[in-house]
Amino acid sequence: MAEKIEVKKKVLSENDRLAADIRTSLKEREIVALNFVSSPGSGKTSLLERTLEALGSELRIAMIAGDVQTENDADRLVRAGGERVKPLVTGGSCHLDARMITGVLSDMDIEDVELLIIENVGNLVCPSGFDLGEDMKVVLISTTEGDDKPLKYPAMFRRSSVMVINKVDLLGTSDFDVETVRRNALSINPDLKIFEVSCRSGFGLDAWYAWLRELVSERTPAALVES
Amino acid sequence: MHELAIAQSIFDTVIREKRARDLDAVDKVGLRIGVLSDVLPDALTFSFDVICQDSELGGCRLDIESVPLTLTCNKCGLSSTTDQVTFLCPSCGDPSVRVDGGFELDIAYIEVPDPLSTDAALQRPAPAES
Repeated sequence: MAEKIEVKKKVLSENDRLAADIRTSLKEREIVALNFVSSPGSGKTSLLERTLEALGSELRIAMIAGDVQTENDADRLVRAGGERVKPLVTGGSCHLDARMITGVLSDMDIEDVELLIIENVGNLVCPSGFDLGEDMKVVLISTTEGDDKPLKYPAMFRRSSVMVINKVDLLGTSDFDVETVRRNALSINPDLKIFEVSCRSGFGLDAWYAWLRELVSERTPAALVES
Repeated sequence: MHELAIAQSIFDTVIREKRARDLDAVDKVGLRIGVLSDVLPDALTFSFDVICQDSELGGCRLDIESVPLTLTCNKCGLSSTTDQVTFLCPSCGDPSVRVDGGFELDIAYIEVPDPLSTDAALQRPAPAES
């Protein structure tokens, strides 16, 4: 008879272990960490550019810009005034994992940093299960996408704490409906905090900046990640 | 296509278990995969087969159990199970629910072959007749 041996281990336990180490290390330094996720083209980098321009002289912000190829996003963030920006080129991987973040952080001076933002690879599926040691995930969706995306990618919207609806200056030029996306997102995750912004026109960004300021001043980020 | 990364993690974990328990071979790995884990069983099986080829886990198979979404309503307290991805209590319709199952990505068990059916056993010299 073949013998079954009970194992009961999480497949991603090694990633979870490294992420827990990152979380501890960031907490010790009182750094708030956000993991930005979205489809390609929703405007993650644009929102980070605006954030650096508005808050760069006020808050000590570090950013890690993940991409499958090129350091274009990191270059954009540096041009927007980012002083602590590191590219993370995955070379094909569709998501960032905790080992990659550990590697980048070991090469970064983050001692006095208050806010760390990790821009994940543009993908609403693969990054959802890989904890990076962040305090919370921020998911972006833009008005040029389908307003049913929260229903199509429920794991990501359930695991996120904040949803930013970007490109609201383009509302009316597509069938995207803000109330529908809100309803869909809240049916997946009723605790989602929602912002409506346009990185292009600046609409709604003051509320986003105010929330970030509050997050940093409170320094008591709640780990809302469900696993 | 994160299944390749997940298959690699499974492979690494099973190799560690195999060595720690001093097993000769592992021919099956039992997985529990929640409906919210965003893992495609076919892609995972394909990736795992590729990684196992020409390794000490050559021929090892996956046994994948799908785990439904399990919710407990924060309002009425009902615990429910569904294969649909919905976060509404089926009884009172409230969206405030706790997720108790559905995000699993676990290795439940490993199976070692019957010692009498392995090549090693077949090649073992027959006990001397007395």
